[in-house]
Amino acid sequence: MSTMLAWSITAAQVLLGLAMACAVFRILWGPRAQDRVVGFDTLAVNVMLLLLAFGIRSGSTLYFEMALIVGLLGFVSTVALAKFLLRGEVIE
Amino acid sequence: MNEGMDAPSLATILTATLLIAGAAVTLIGSFGLLRFRNFYQRVHAPTLGTTLGTILITTASMIYFSALGTRPVLHELLVIVFVTTTTPITLMVLVRAARFRDAAGSERGIRDEE
Repeated sequence: MSTMLAWSITAAQVLLGLAMACAVFRILWGPRAQDRVVGFDTLAVNVMLLLLAFGIRSGSTLYFEMALIVGLLGFVSTVALAKFLLRGEVIE
Repeated sequence: MNEGMDAPSLATILTATLLIAGAAVTLIGSFGLLRFRNFYQRVHAPTLGTTLGTILITTASMIYFSALGTRPVLHELLVIVFVTTTTPITLMVLVRAARFRDAAGSERGIRDEE
């Protein structure tokens, strides 16, 4: 039964990797800057979920803290980029 | 798999099902980000991953670590609360910036035509 869990974790990692590839294509092809920022936000969330899947595979709670940090950094950097698009400067 | 051999089978089945479902929902959301035509349509698609995908995968992680440690492990709730709180803020600020940029671009376009 444990091999089933291992295969399902591998399948989930492949699916999340494809989702990350979609976000990277949107970052590269985005017609305007806000499309790239949405792609970056999606990429950060997908990396967070992929780290949670790695945590289930490894059985340690260290990956959970990495996932939380990636989520925090993705939120802060996305808001900073949106603020930059709105005003032309981040801190006013 | 180093320690996963000890987990009971019901928790294993639940973990596998929730994990694959969450990853599939996240992939559908990211594919929608790739496929939609307009920016204002595109901004809706990844919220499928940030709400349902995150909830499913963190629930899978909670079930697995609770079964592994034989005690309730609930610190993944932090991720759910955090992502659910920050996603509307992010998208609201971003769509406001996009509308501002569209208005500025259309004004400039009119001025260029005249």
